[in-house]
Amino acid sequence: MCNLLPDEETAPLTTVLHPPEPDPRSLGLVNGRFTADGKDVLEFLGNPANYPVSIRFGRHRLSSNEKLMLASMFHSLFAIGSQLSPEVGSSGIEMLETDTFKLHCFQTLTGIKFVVLADPRQAGIDSLLRKIYEIYSDFALKNPFYSLEMPIRCELFDQNLKLALEVAEKAGPFGPGS
Amino acid sequence: AMEVIWQGREGRKLSSRELFVLTYGALVAQLCKDYEKDEDVNTCLDRMGYGIGIRLIDDFLARSAVKKCRSYSETADMIAQVAFKMYLGVTPSVSCSSAAGNEFSLILDKNPLVDFVEELPAERASLCYCNLLCGVIRGALEMVHLAAEVTFLQDRLKGDAVTEIGITFLRKAEDRKHKRNK
Repeated sequence: MCNLLPDEETAPLTTVLHPPEPDPRSLGLVNGRFTADGKDVLEFLGNPANYPVSIRFGRHRLSSNEKLMLASMFHSLFAIGSQLSPEVGSSGIEMLETDTFKLHCFQTLTGIKFVVLADPRQAGIDSLLRKIYEIYSDFALKNPFYSLEMPIRCELFDQNLKLALEVAEKAGPFGPGS
Repeated sequence: AMEVIWQGREGRKLSSRELFVLTYGALVAQLCKDYEKDEDVNTCLDRMGYGIGIRLIDDFLARSAVKKCRSYSETADMIAQVAFKMYLGVTPSVSCSSAAGNEFSLILDKNPLVDFVEELPAERASLCYCNLLCGVIRGALEMVHLAAEVTFLQDRLKGDAVTEIGITFLRKAEDRKHKRNK
């Protein structure tokens, strides 16, 4: 079970410890040895009442600040990349691959960029990006209280985004259905 | 467009399309109460439409997954054949009305918004009943970096032979540097 913070727009893999759903004893996100509210992982694991336990490991999650930096840096690189490209009318950077992650970017015709950081072996990101576009157009844009270009704090958006991410993550390295 | 149909009182079937048309009518009626001058109502409708258009465009692009249009002509076709079809269930015919290739005309054979309206009342002779549509188109185009003027050139409600929307593409704004308005 993912434990996404409300203002996350993309969710890299996370570390979650919890007994199977539905269970209020779920520990949630663990960074190092402790959760955000100070619970000790080893204490949790030492208690037999919490078993069976489901663990998912992942990368260190980016803070909001780190995300802002990533986004603004990438935005500039994207613009430079499109200008430098020998192709006329270049689509800009669609993918950035490193040893430890892949950054996927989808720019809409309206100039919005959706950026997803994922495991290099993760498949199905293209369809995920398009799905996120649909979710954005439904639950952010159609929300009359959401102002354009502001951070998205819409409950429905978060819920649907979380579902879409779960589907994509379960898909694994060979796409949905694998 | 998908229609939801449900059973009203005494077995009369109502549809979501009817509700939409009625809601639009109620909106126009209220604006007529709020503003004395027809021009003010028209401006208000256009502004509301603009607010819808700047958001609707992403829904359109996300759902239709169309590629970027390469000419004004393709854009006008896209509006008439894909967008109008998707949202209003009708397909206006398109024609280019200028040698320069930047002025287009959409003729609406059927217009669901005026399902229940035969003609304008005498005191509202200059009202552009469907002016919301002009704002929607204008707002949507702006978000894909196309500046355009959109108006009703002819209106059956005013006694004209057809209902015609004119789209004039203005000098194209520069792609990358164009700042989106809210």
